Amino acid sequence: MKAAVVTFPGSNCDRDLAVALKQAGADVQRVWHKDTSLPQGLDLVAVPGGFSYGDYLRCGAIAAHSPIAPALRAHAERGGYMLGICNGFQVLTELGLLPGALMRNAGLTFLCKPATLRVETADNVFTAGYRTGQQISVPVAHHDGNYQIDAEGLTALRDQDRIAFTYAPAINGSVADIAGVLSANRRVLGMMPHPERAADPALGGTDGAALFAGLVGRLALA
Amino acid sequence: MQEPTITPELIAAHGLKPDEYDRILQIIGREPSFTELGIFSAMWNEHCSYKSSKKWLRTLPTEGPQVICGPGENAGVVDIGDGQAVVFKMESHNHPSYIEPHQGAATGVGGILRDVFTMGARPIAAMDALSFGLPDHPKTAHLVKGVVEGIGAYGNAFGVPNVGGEVRFHASYNGNCLVNAFAAGLADADKIFYSAASGVGMPVVYLGAKTGRDGVGGATMASAEFDDTIEDKRPTVQVGDPFTEKKLLEACLELMASGSVISIQDMGAAGLTCSAVEMGDKGGLGIKLILDHVPQRETNMSAYEMMLSESQERMLMVLKPEKEAEARAIFEKWDLDFAIIGETIPEDRFLIIHGNEIKADLPLSKLSSSAPEYDRPWVETPAAGPAPALPQIAPIAALRALIASPNHAHKAWVWEQYDTQVGADTIRRPGLGAGVVRVHGTRKALAFTSDVTPRYVRANPYEGGKQAVAEAWRNLIAVGARPLATTDNLNFGNPEKPEIMGQFVGAIKGIGEACRALDFPIVSGNVSLYNETDGKAIMPTPTIGGVGLIGDLDDMISGLPQAGDVALVIGATQGHLGQSALAYEAFGIEAGDAPPVDLTAERKHGEFLHAQRDHLTAANDLSDGGLALAAFEMAEAAGLGLTLDASDMGQLFGEDQARYLVACRPDRVEALRRAADEAGVPLEKVGHFGGDSVTLGGDSAPLAELSMLYRTAFAAAIKGDMPDHA
Repeated sequence: MKAAVVTFPGSNCDRDLAVALKQAGADVQRVWHKDTSLPQGLDLVAVPGGFSYGDYLRCGAIAAHSPIAPALRAHAERGGYMLGICNGFQVLTELGLLPGALMRNAGLTFLCKPATLRVETADNVFTAGYRTGQQISVPVAHHDGNYQIDAEGLTALRDQDRIAFTYAPAINGSVADIAGVLSANRRVLGMMPHPERAADPALGGTDGAALFAGLVGRLALA
Repeated sequence: MQEPTITPELIAAHGLKPDEYDRILQIIGREPSFTELGIFSAMWNEHCSYKSSKKWLRTLPTEGPQVICGPGENAGVVDIGDGQAVVFKMESHNHPSYIEPHQGAATGVGGILRDVFTMGARPIAAMDALSFGLPDHPKTAHLVKGVVEGIGAYGNAFGVPNVGGEVRFHASYNGNCLVNAFAAGLADADKIFYSAASGVGMPVVYLGAKTGRDGVGGATMASAEFDDTIEDKRPTVQVGDPFTEKKLLEACLELMASGSVISIQDMGAAGLTCSAVEMGDKGGLGIKLILDHVPQRETNMSAYEMMLSESQERMLMVLKPEKEAEARAIFEKWDLDFAIIGETIPEDRFLIIHGNEIKADLPLSKLSSSAPEYDRPWVETPAAGPAPALPQIAPIAALRALIASPNHAHKAWVWEQYDTQVGADTIRRPGLGAGVVRVHGTRKALAFTSDVTPRYVRANPYEGGKQAVAEAWRNLIAVGARPLATTDNLNFGNPEKPEIMGQFVGAIKGIGEACRALDFPIVSGNVSLYNETDGKAIMPTPTIGGVGLIGDLDDMISGLPQAGDVALVIGATQGHLGQSALAYEAFGIEAGDAPPVDLTAERKHGEFLHAQRDHLTAANDLSDGGLALAAFEMAEAAGLGLTLDASDMGQLFGEDQARYLVACRPDRVEALRRAADEAGVPLEKVGHFGGDSVTLGGDSAPLAELSMLYRTAFAAAIKGDMPDHA
């Protein structure tokens, strides 16, 4: 299974994400934001957490106009798999690959703590390692994780079973407590919590490991 | 541009005393130019020159087999085996944080991170020790919110996990908060970069962000007391940009790996002046700078402004000339400025040229080595009065008084605003004792703590200084680490007052004594004096940052107590209540002496715990708040109740030193007892963990109720909402 991790200036979870993918058995390459094409034969493109271009404007807005952005969009449009975590989720919404937007947390402060998530669907390669309804503990670390979408969009997410994770209980004001959503073809996942920080027993939790193991295993077979 | 004439007023405005100005005249044999006056004031202020403290700092122990580089460079360097080193330092940003809390604290974090990566180390951990005025003082809530937000904004975006620190509140900080920022990084022991320039005619390269007018005169401001003109000083505070700093980190580490760097120095206090002088002085060389080549953010900047600007996220490097193209390409990749702005010269000159005019021409070596040094008069702090007689209070009511105070309440409100896990190597997050970060890709880990009990230092600077070191040492021992070395951040009032200088001298003597006795050398540090407002000084606050090594993650004492665990105290309890948290939080009494620190016992008890760590499920050092508070913290973190047998207030809340509270399975008690008897270490069974209530002697309360108080008191005290917002 071949994966690439994109690094924007200001990305700071790129190494952590690459480590988690490698531990799950992926062959991981790194892509620089000034590149204009992706390596050949990729199964997955992963967009890491951090503060792309400083995120002094709307989070992810500048990354969506970076030199690599057209290649990311093309990969998704070809039906390629993409995973965006934290800032990566923000970037995927700004690229228009996922619906909705991430606003400032309702509490207005940065929030770093373990969050309890409910797996809302296991019908995709990312969460297939979990049971629908399973509760897992995965840390969050964000200032802008308050997911918002209009009523129509929310209905579509629900009707199409595209809400991947919800917070249980709520932590940041997200509509319907949404922590992660899937694209219509179920091949792009964006999530605010950091599974790569919960994929190693030494770090005090391994509930995120199943995401990487499931993903790498299924894409390797695909 | 017409430069101002040098007048006594201008000299005074630069913080130079008349005799210091006379010294300048002697050195250069003429009246200085305006730019030269600025350079002298930048180099000779307290913040940069350590003129009041140098004499005493020299007495501190700074060596040991583990020390690769002690004080004098940007940060200390300590061997952690396998060819690796930890690089760390703590530094204050007190004055700027009081003037503009968000940016002041943010740039404090930025500055200390730069100190670490200038030496070739990738930052892996940060901590912040914060002291504020009373929660109900009108400025406090604003300062706490701004400082915490600023630390988070910078560290989170830069991408360094925050793993510890302290937050305290006391009236003495009402007019002068303290922000002490610690950072540690990891490097290969044979790839450390230093600041001494070498070779003549080598290019001096400016790296990073552009220079603006921000922070002009910042270091001089940081060396003065505050009064009611403080609002006018806001423009001296710099503005931080963590995004640029993150790029600068990555670019510098790539640059260092490329073999292009002869020497490198970050531009911190006094910016270009201090960094250039330091590189030249340490290398025995002169430096010529042509300021027209300095990347500038604003137009029409004068030589004076460029030499004194404290714009952030900048570095100065002496480059191997043949590597210029390669080095430039790295900085272009990261969209950062790279400009050759001068060269090293053989003669002892600091030559500043701007617009084809010589703006400064000074003997470089005299700027730092001839800086004034004072042996300030000092008086011994008078012996403390007798132990206070405390009113009657029931044990649970006393515990409530402690955990309802923001000094001892759960501080999630603070650390949940910091990214504590970026890097995916944080083994132990903030909250209870030392933070622990794994050495990436290994089974080793580093433990970090920062400690001081200012009330002790005020009552008895010598014992208080010892205690700060001993507590840091104990916190490292309590997580299973072997203490390696320390950094000290010494915050005091106006050193021109003999009683303040006496506090400083006493504390240094105590710190030095403890560091020697515990083989815990000081490898870096910072002194912050003049922490006074309208003549009122802060409590003396020498913060000790300690670093320890855990050889293998299996050696860590990581767990929380389990239900049924026996609680035991290692060390002897006399019941010392002088200057105790109980006296202060329950009764507002600050009287008596600091607890005496027996360094032989400290060492013996710490080594005993370290040797017996396999028997223990959990350990915690005993410090302010004593046994009752430490036991409550441990039990509460585990979601367990607790029973302590003692009902005597001295036994429960006494602050005797050289003690630990440990938890072990009942079947391990006998082995531990035997080992203690053999080693001659006092070991006392004091109670057990489990159940859903907290019982102290005969007094009891439900855990859930105390836990609720403990977890909401901090936010309530500063009237902030918990960040956890449903």
